Amino acid sequence: MKRSEKIEDKRVFRSTTDALAGVREFVNERALQFGFGDKEVSEITLAVDEACTNVIKHAYKGRPDGEFEVKVLATGTAFQIVVRDWGVSFRPEDVPLPNIRDKYRKHKAGGLGIFLMKKLMDTVEYQGRDASNEVRLVRYLKDEQKS
Amino acid sequence: MNEFKVLTRESGNAVVMVLQGFLDAHTAPDLEKTFSELMSKGKYNIVVNFDALNYISSAGLGVFMAYIDEVRNNNGDIKLANMQQKVFNVFDLLGFPYLYEIYKDQDEALKKFNSR
Repeated sequence: MKRSEKIEDKRVFRSTTDALAGVREFVNERALQFGFGDKEVSEITLAVDEACTNVIKHAYKGRPDGEFEVKVLATGTAFQIVVRDWGVSFRPEDVPLPNIRDKYRKHKAGGLGIFLMKKLMDTVEYQGRDASNEVRLVRYLKDEQKS
Repeated sequence: MNEFKVLTRESGNAVVMVLQGFLDAHTAPDLEKTFSELMSKGKYNIVVNFDALNYISSAGLGVFMAYIDEVRNNNGDIKLANMQQKVFNVFDLLGFPYLYEIYKDQDEALKKFNSR
């Protein structure tokens, strides 16, 4: 069984929604390189898009002059992405997991992103670090996906 | 750059909305605008064709949630059709199949409106 390639790479993006396509391209390429199949690559990319969308909309509240960093650290079977921002700190415990019927009645889509991240990734952790906030997402490569 | 386009055309008593490309927090406002225009014209029978949509995030899903009440309160519906598997998976994770009619083919969805 071939070991997956070790990857350490990062990119910095501006806090605007037009950065999202670049975030997806970056994560997509690294996840493929690590050995995930198409379905897993799509899922990981979506989870990171959701994390970065939250940064743009909530940490920077739509302000375009902020920056966030997307770092990929992948080794062994763990593909880890850390999204770091320097905006308003985010407390995921303040965002209730959505009841889809309830959301639908209230016309609100907020919280769906966090719900998706938790469904799609093995680990989702938030932490404040100095003046920055980090969300750490991990997805493990399963044996059958290794080539 | 991941582009997004939305085209609409009338078919019988319904409007078909064709989505193309990537629907995320950047492009969701374009879809919102199209829904808003349909609402202002009193067009409430809507079939959304996802055949050429490659990607959707929760920002895109939120648009469908934002308009469904207004549409149904006016005796219309938003019916979804022709989804690629990876797009369907996102709708499925969020429980949309319980709230929206999802069809393999847009003509099946149109028949539901045209038979009313």
